[in-house]
Amino acid sequence: MSNFWTTFKGNKGAVVGLVILAIVLLASIFAPMLYTTSPWDMVNMPFMAPGVDSSVPLGTDTLGRDIASGLAHGAYISLLVGFVSTIVSLCIGIPLGAAAGYFGGWVDDVLMRITEFFQVIPSFAFAIVLVAIFEPSITSMIVAIAVVSWPPVARLLRGEVMSLKHREFIEAAELSGQSGFTIITRQILPNTISPVIVLASMMVATAILTESALSFMGLGDPNVMSWGYIIGAGRTVLQQAWWISFFPGVAILLTVLAFNLIGEGLNDALNPRLAKRRG
Amino acid sequence: MTDPIVRIENLKIALPEGADRPYAVDTCSFDLFPGKILCVVGESGSGKSMSANALMGLLPEGVHVSDGRIRLGERDLVGLTDEEMRDLRGRRVAMIFQEPLSALNPLMRIEDQIAEVFEAHGLLKPAERKKRAVELLTEVGLPDPARAARAYPHQLSGGQRQRVVIAMALALEPEVLVADEPTTALDVTTQAQILELIRTLQVERNMAVMFITHDFGVVAEIADHVTVMQLGKIVEEGPAAKVLSNPQHPYTRKLIDAIPKLRAGRAAAPAREPLMEVKGVSKTYRSGGGLFRPVREVHAVKDINLTIGRGETIGIVGESGSGKSSFGRCLVRLQDTDEGQILLGDQDITKAQGKDLQELRAKVQMIFQDPYSSLNPRIRVGRTIADGPIAHGTPVAQAMAEADALLERVGLPGAGKRYPHEFSGGQRQRIGIARALALKPQVIVADEAVSALDVSIQAQVLELLDELKRELDLSLVFITHDLRVAAQICDRVMVMQKGECVEIGPGSQVFDNPSHPYTRSLIEAIPGKDWDAEAA
Repeated sequence: MSNFWTTFKGNKGAVVGLVILAIVLLASIFAPMLYTTSPWDMVNMPFMAPGVDSSVPLGTDTLGRDIASGLAHGAYISLLVGFVSTIVSLCIGIPLGAAAGYFGGWVDDVLMRITEFFQVIPSFAFAIVLVAIFEPSITSMIVAIAVVSWPPVARLLRGEVMSLKHREFIEAAELSGQSGFTIITRQILPNTISPVIVLASMMVATAILTESALSFMGLGDPNVMSWGYIIGAGRTVLQQAWWISFFPGVAILLTVLAFNLIGEGLNDALNPRLAKRRG
Repeated sequence: MTDPIVRIENLKIALPEGADRPYAVDTCSFDLFPGKILCVVGESGSGKSMSANALMGLLPEGVHVSDGRIRLGERDLVGLTDEEMRDLRGRRVAMIFQEPLSALNPLMRIEDQIAEVFEAHGLLKPAERKKRAVELLTEVGLPDPARAARAYPHQLSGGQRQRVVIAMALALEPEVLVADEPTTALDVTTQAQILELIRTLQVERNMAVMFITHDFGVVAEIADHVTVMQLGKIVEEGPAAKVLSNPQHPYTRKLIDAIPKLRAGRAAAPAREPLMEVKGVSKTYRSGGGLFRPVREVHAVKDINLTIGRGETIGIVGESGSGKSSFGRCLVRLQDTDEGQILLGDQDITKAQGKDLQELRAKVQMIFQDPYSSLNPRIRVGRTIADGPIAHGTPVAQAMAEADALLERVGLPGAGKRYPHEFSGGQRQRIGIARALALKPQVIVADEAVSALDVSIQAQVLELLDELKRELDLSLVFITHDLRVAAQICDRVMVMQKGECVEIGPGSQVFDNPSHPYTRSLIEAIPGKDWDAEAA
């Protein structure tokens, strides 16, 4: 474990990513305390540029809502959607991939054809369709993102399991009379954890992007302030009030970057041989 | 006596901090003479490969020569720049590696790979390079060298690939050849041919050879001079005949004593009631078979009949591809058979399903070859051993207690709470044995169980197996490519070639009086056989 930390800390990018993530996390936790009023409330003049009034340091939008407050409250929704949809898609992808890889034969064929069915549909278009069918809400957004993002997990797991399946310790477990289920859960899955963690951190980033894009198009939960929504609202006035779209855009960029950096750091720390080669 | 071409003086190679010892090679000196073969012998971790790498200027990152000199002719190789070293490499000092498959580029034709050697040193014109490549391939005795030159590495056999690697090493007519375990990955008959080839070429070209090996049989076969290394230090050196017949240092004596002798270890035990009966088992692999290609069929196991008695040890020997491992895997049903029966009592393991199979498999367990991949790295060893009994319904606490007892029995008391990576290869193999015993089997199939271990460790593990076998009245099916090991511990030996059983009988009969020509050729090829006979 300490070894893991030394390698992780050795990657400066990963540490920067972790710091950014911590800031976003703190913002989402303390938003209700810092900005006690709803982010939807009009608090000042519309189109107030940043730095003009110290009560609204990042300016206001077309209706006079505080952008800083919107950013702080939006952090919560970005992280929530990012994490929960990733967990849901892991819950779909891991069992499917593991079963396909372990049993092979027709099980593999059936499961992989299903996976490919999801993979060939452009994922963002598919997500839009799903959210449009359901009522736009946080839940529908999480479901939509999870449904479009599990195929890579299933593919990764299938490959890992297939390569582990022929290792001698799996054959030994088979000989000792352990059932297929026990072998998958106890012997195989713990050995696939490293690449899954790395993939998951990248998936959180993608999920945040998808959530922002959906909200940007007005398909987000109408009752929840989110970064994508603020950008979408400021889109038409981009030339007069650049700050409305700029700050949430930076927030999305930094958060997504943070997850990617962390993912890379985890990759180095969990695959030490790879890290050495790069260093 | 002529002057040495290479003088290594007080060489010290420092390991990075945190390694198990400060120096990989500690104050070692030896000389290489033109036309002579120096064998450097030692177990894994003795520093023998490191000293070869230092001579080639190929030390891994973080490891460096901290003291001493490596003189090639008049030049000191320590402290040369990478560029100067590159120029010497291949031209004056060349190397042959252990694994010919990974030493060759799988995507390049053989002639291009040999031509590359000339290209790297800016020698010859492109057309001449290819011509020279064919000449070299002829010289190393490849049949049909013109075709071999056009082939890719995967189209050649292991022995042929090693010949190609040797041809590459000889391309620039080096004065010194370093061979790092060049025959370890090869079958005995191929090994004998490659050793013969190295010997001939070395005499013809008056080369100095540094031959690294762990096998005293190989030493007896080709060495002029021997250096024995232990933990980075030279413990004994001298002319081959002297070291082999009259070893001075206890470590050398231990290594030589640990080599199993090629004669039946004991009289065959009196036959007892049959426990397992193999009747006409066959297994054929089919591959390929596209639109334009015929189906490729390999008869891995062909109509094998065998009766294994209670408490009997049966050796199955053969070269790679003889089907011995496939047969072993059929016995435990890791592989389905095409035909035949394997009866244990009145149950047929080749047909059993579900619960029946689970119960049958508990009676026939396996010990695997690779001590590194046969244990799950994420599970504590105690639990790994207990997993089998738990799957068969033993309460967890009881299974764990039994696992601890088993670990103590195989000489690793209190090891249950540790993870596999904390153990050495030999210790892991003991854990593998404990796991196989956990289900109280009647038959154990050991597939090359000691091949990956150093000789001294090998001897200990074999002894442990033999003890346990007697104590628990087990039958043992011992699959190995090493005839000496088979001779030492087996009651009966079955020799396999291309999936068929060519000879079966008591060890004394098979080894001392082989009836089949293939068995004779296997025995003939064992390195150091004559020396063995003298010592016996």
